[in-house]
Amino acid sequence: MDSILFIIAAIAAVGCGLNLVLQKHPISSALSLIGVMSSLALLYLLLGAEFIAMAQMIVYGGAVMVLFIFVIMLLNAGTEKRSDKSLFAQIAGFPLLAVLVVLLSFLIRQTFPSATSEVRFGYWVGGTAEAIGMRLFTRFLLPFEVISVLILIAILGAVVLARKEID
Amino acid sequence: MIDHIPLSWYLILSAILFGLGVAGFIYRKSIITVFMSIELMLNAVNLSFVTFSYENKNIDGHIYAFFVMVVAAAEAAVGLAIILTIFKNRGTLQIDEVDSMKL
Repeated sequence: MDSILFIIAAIAAVGCGLNLVLQKHPISSALSLIGVMSSLALLYLLLGAEFIAMAQMIVYGGAVMVLFIFVIMLLNAGTEKRSDKSLFAQIAGFPLLAVLVVLLSFLIRQTFPSATSEVRFGYWVGGTAEAIGMRLFTRFLLPFEVISVLILIAILGAVVLARKEID
Repeated sequence: MIDHIPLSWYLILSAILFGLGVAGFIYRKSIITVFMSIELMLNAVNLSFVTFSYENKNIDGHIYAFFVMVVAAAEAAVGLAIILTIFKNRGTLQIDEVDSMKL
């Protein structure tokens, strides 16, 4: 059962990722990215990471993508113009990418053979909100506090960059 | 039908998504889409983190994935503000036309 779910989510993720790269209009790319993020949330659930799956849906699928679509609509971004300059990139780009992915997959298969390590749904359920909260507020307390300062800086930076000049 | 998914399939899926992100980053010409490709790469890395966390039965990978999400959200806020400013000053979203730092 979990293998069927994995295959559905993996095909959806790769299909939406391809669509993101190949579509011409930014809004189509944004909707494809939402598809990728939703299927990744399903994969996180299969890996026993409940909290990360929910955070993925709320933070990425909700907040970040709404921000993207908001900016696309605000700027009225239309279809992009392709600049057909590099012939080498057009001919060799995607074959070279395929070679890279195949080499990476070969290395991964060598390092993690199928016989020794496989994923069973429900075999390890360590990713609950309770466990993550315990770890976050004990061992990772300092990074947690530092990242709150980072978010404050990001808020101020966004406000300063996007404000209107008032005379 | 296979019963259980090998761990390497998750990692290969992560590699494929990362490769697609790199392709979009190089191939696309709209600033917003280039930015979305960066988000795709960050998501692929997150999948690797969670997979290794499962393999080692250790929750630290989830914490790293959580931090990556937080940094990505902050980065999206600042980056989209920069895109707004570029559009206000130059009236374009084509990445080729923003070349004032080119020699």
